[in-house]
Amino acid sequence: MGISRRQFLGWMSAAGVSVTAGSRAQAASNKTFSGYPGAFGILHDTTRCIGCRKCEEACNRVNGLPVPEQPFDDLTVLSALRRTRTDTFTVVNQFTTSGSERPTYAKTQCNHCLEPACASACFVRALRKVQTGAVIYDASLCVGCRYCMIACPFNIPTYEYNEPLTPRVVKCTMCHPLIEKGELPGCVADCPKEALSFGPRDLMIKLARQRIAKYSDTYIDHIYGEHEMGGTSWLYISGTPFSEIGMREDLGNQTASSFTAGPLAAVPVVVALWPVLLTGIYAISKRKDKIAAEERIDAVARTLADANEEMKTKLAEMKDAMKKEKEAAINLEVKKALEEAAKQAAESQQDDQGIRPDASEEEN
Amino acid sequence: MPQETAHKNKSIFTPFNVITGIIILGGLIITVLRFTGGLGAVTNLDDNNPWGVWIGFDLLVGVALAAGGYVTSAACYIFGLKRYHSAVRPAILTAFLGYALVVMALHYDVGRPWRLPYPIFLSPGTTSLLYEVALCVFLYLTVLFIEYSPAALEWLGVKRVRNLVVRLTLVLTIFGVILSTLHQSSLGALFMIAPSKLHPLWYSSYLPVFFFVSSIFAGLSMVILEGALAHRFLHDKMDETHLKESKAVALGFGKAASFVMMGYVAIKLIGIAIDNNWHYLATGWGLWFLLELLGFVALPAFIYAVAAREQNLRLVRWSSIIAVLGVVLNRLNISLIAFNWHLPSADRYFPSWMEVAISVFVVTVGIVAYRFICTRMPILYEHPDYQQH
Repeated sequence: MGISRRQFLGWMSAAGVSVTAGSRAQAASNKTFSGYPGAFGILHDTTRCIGCRKCEEACNRVNGLPVPEQPFDDLTVLSALRRTRTDTFTVVNQFTTSGSERPTYAKTQCNHCLEPACASACFVRALRKVQTGAVIYDASLCVGCRYCMIACPFNIPTYEYNEPLTPRVVKCTMCHPLIEKGELPGCVADCPKEALSFGPRDLMIKLARQRIAKYSDTYIDHIYGEHEMGGTSWLYISGTPFSEIGMREDLGNQTASSFTAGPLAAVPVVVALWPVLLTGIYAISKRKDKIAAEERIDAVARTLADANEEMKTKLAEMKDAMKKEKEAAINLEVKKALEEAAKQAAESQQDDQGIRPDASEEEN
Repeated sequence: MPQETAHKNKSIFTPFNVITGIIILGGLIITVLRFTGGLGAVTNLDDNNPWGVWIGFDLLVGVALAAGGYVTSAACYIFGLKRYHSAVRPAILTAFLGYALVVMALHYDVGRPWRLPYPIFLSPGTTSLLYEVALCVFLYLTVLFIEYSPAALEWLGVKRVRNLVVRLTLVLTIFGVILSTLHQSSLGALFMIAPSKLHPLWYSSYLPVFFFVSSIFAGLSMVILEGALAHRFLHDKMDETHLKESKAVALGFGKAASFVMMGYVAIKLIGIAIDNNWHYLATGWGLWFLLELLGFVALPAFIYAVAAREQNLRLVRWSSIIAVLGVVLNRLNISLIAFNWHLPSADRYFPSWMEVAISVFVVTVGIVAYRFICTRMPILYEHPDYQQH
C-alpha cells in the first residue's frame, strides 16, 4: 500500500484548493452554471446508513459545537423527526418505509447547491459558492434578514434567535476549512459504513451510476441532487422513494435564481420606460389643460363677438323701428295739425257764411 | 373656541394620551427585551418560520398601505387632476411616516440593524430582490422626506428653501412612481424564489404585478379611509378648500379604485388559468383564496362602483375599510398564512403577543406623529403665505 485513501483524497482536494483563492462566486447570476470544474461532492448512500450518528458526533467535534444533552450513542433521539439547528449542522433521521421492515436512515445537512438559493437571495453577498463546492457564509457582512432561510428549498439554514446583538445564520460548511487543508469533511471521515463518499462531484455521479447499475433491484434509478434545484454538491441514492425518506421530489430542476430572473429583468424596463412615459403623460395633460384654457379664451372671445354682432343688428333694428315710429308719429302729428287747421278754417268760414260741412270735407 | 380652551385646561391625561402612552411604554419595554434577549426572547420565530408579523404586517402591509403617496401625487401632478390637490399633502405625509415606520420596524426584525446600510454601501447583493427592495425603500424614503419637507419649511418659515423644493415637485413625483413601481412589485417577487413553500394559489409568476396593482388600490383606499378619520378627529384643522374638495376626492378615488380592483380580479384569474390551478379552488385553501379575492376585493370594488354612481360618501368610506382589510389579508396570506402551507401544523407559525404588541406600538407611533404634525403644520390646510403655488 503506497498511499492511504485519506492521503489520496487529500491531494485531490489540494488540487482543488489551488483554484479556490480569491475569485468571486458567480453562483447567483442568472447564467446557467453547472458547477465549478473539479468541485467536490459527497455521495450519501442511504442503503448503507445504519443510523449510528457517528457523522453527527464528528460534525459536532469538528465544528466545535456545544455538547448535546443526549450523548451521540443514544439512539432513542432517532424516534422523532429532527431538523438542522444552530448547534446541529447535520442530523440523521429514521424512516419506516412501506417496502421493508428494516428502517431507512437518511442524513440531512446543507446540500451545497450548484446555484444556491441562499446566495442568490442574500442582499449583502454574505453567502457564496466557492470553487471547492462549498457554500460558505461570511458573518461579517450578514445583516440578519433571514431571507436565505425563506429561499432555501431544503429548509437548512438556521438562525441564532437568542443572540441579541450578534446573531448569525448557521449551517453546514461542507467542512470547507478542512477541504482546503486537504482533509475530509468530518462526517465523511468518521462514517464506519462508507455510506458517505467524498470526491469530485462528477466522479461521485459516476460512482452512484455504477452502484445503481450493479444493484439495480436495490436502488431506485435516480440520483437525488444531480439535477434537483439545478443540481447540488450532495448526492443521494436510495432503495426507497426519496419522498418516503423526508426528501421533497416536487422541487423541480430549475435553479432558484431562475425564478427571480424575470422580475429582476423587469427593473431596467421600468427604469427606462417610466420616466419617458410619465413625462409624456404629464406633457399631454399639461398640453390638454393649455389647449382647454386657450379654447376657453377663444370661446369667450367668440361669444363676446357674437353678442356684439347681435347687439349691433338689434340696435340697428331698434333704430330703424324707432325711426319708423318717429316718422309715423310725425306724420300723425302733421295730419292732426292739418286736420285741426282745416277744422279751424272751416269753423271760421261757418261763422262767416253759415254751416257748410261738405265743403270742409272736400278741402281735405 | 371655548371648547379649545377647555381642552387646554384639562390635564394631559386625555383618553387618547393615556391609551397611546400605555402602548408606547409597553413597546419600549419590549424593545429592551428584544435588544437584550434577542429575537428568541420576544418572538415565536423559528428555523422553519424565519419571517413573522414584523415582516408580514410591518413591512409588506406597511409599504402597501403607504402607496397613497405616489398614487395621489401622480394623479395630481402627472395626470393633471388638480381637483385632488388638497389630498396630496396628507397622502405624502402618511407615506413618509409609513415608510419611516417600516424602516423602524425593520430595526427590530433584522439581527444587526446597524448593518442595514451594508447592502447599499458596502456589499450589494444585486441578484437579490431584497436588494432591490432595500435600495428602493432607501431612495423612496429620501424622496418622500423631500416631498413632505415644504410643509415643515412653511411651518418653520424658511421661505427660500421651501420654494426651491416646491420647484422639484414634478421630478420628485416621477422618481416616486418609478421607485414605488419597483419596490411594491419586488416585495411580491421576494416570494418567487420559494415556489416549494408558498401555496400554488398565491404563488404566481405574476406576483410582482399583483403586488404593484394591489398597491394602487391600497393607496387609493387608504387616502379615502384617512380622509374619513381626519374629518372625524382633525376637522378643525381643515381649510375651506380641503373641506370643499374632500367629497370629490373620496368619490373620485373610490371610482378609480373600483376600476383597478376589477382589473386586479381579472389578472388574478388569469394567474390561476396560466398555472392551471383551478382544481385547488375546491379545497379549503381554495375557499380561503376565494374569500380574499371575492369578499375583500370584488365586493369592495362593487360597493365603490355603486357608491360612486350614487355619490354616496358613507358607502365609499365603508368600502375603503373592506378594501384595506383585503390588502392586509393578501399580504399576510402570502408571507405567513399560505407560506409553509405544507408543514405540519405543529411546525407552523403563530405570532407571540409581544410581536403583535410591537406592531401595534409601531402603528401607534405613526398615529401620534401624524397627529402631532397635522395639528402644527399646514397639511390639511394651505398656509396663508403660500397659497396656490
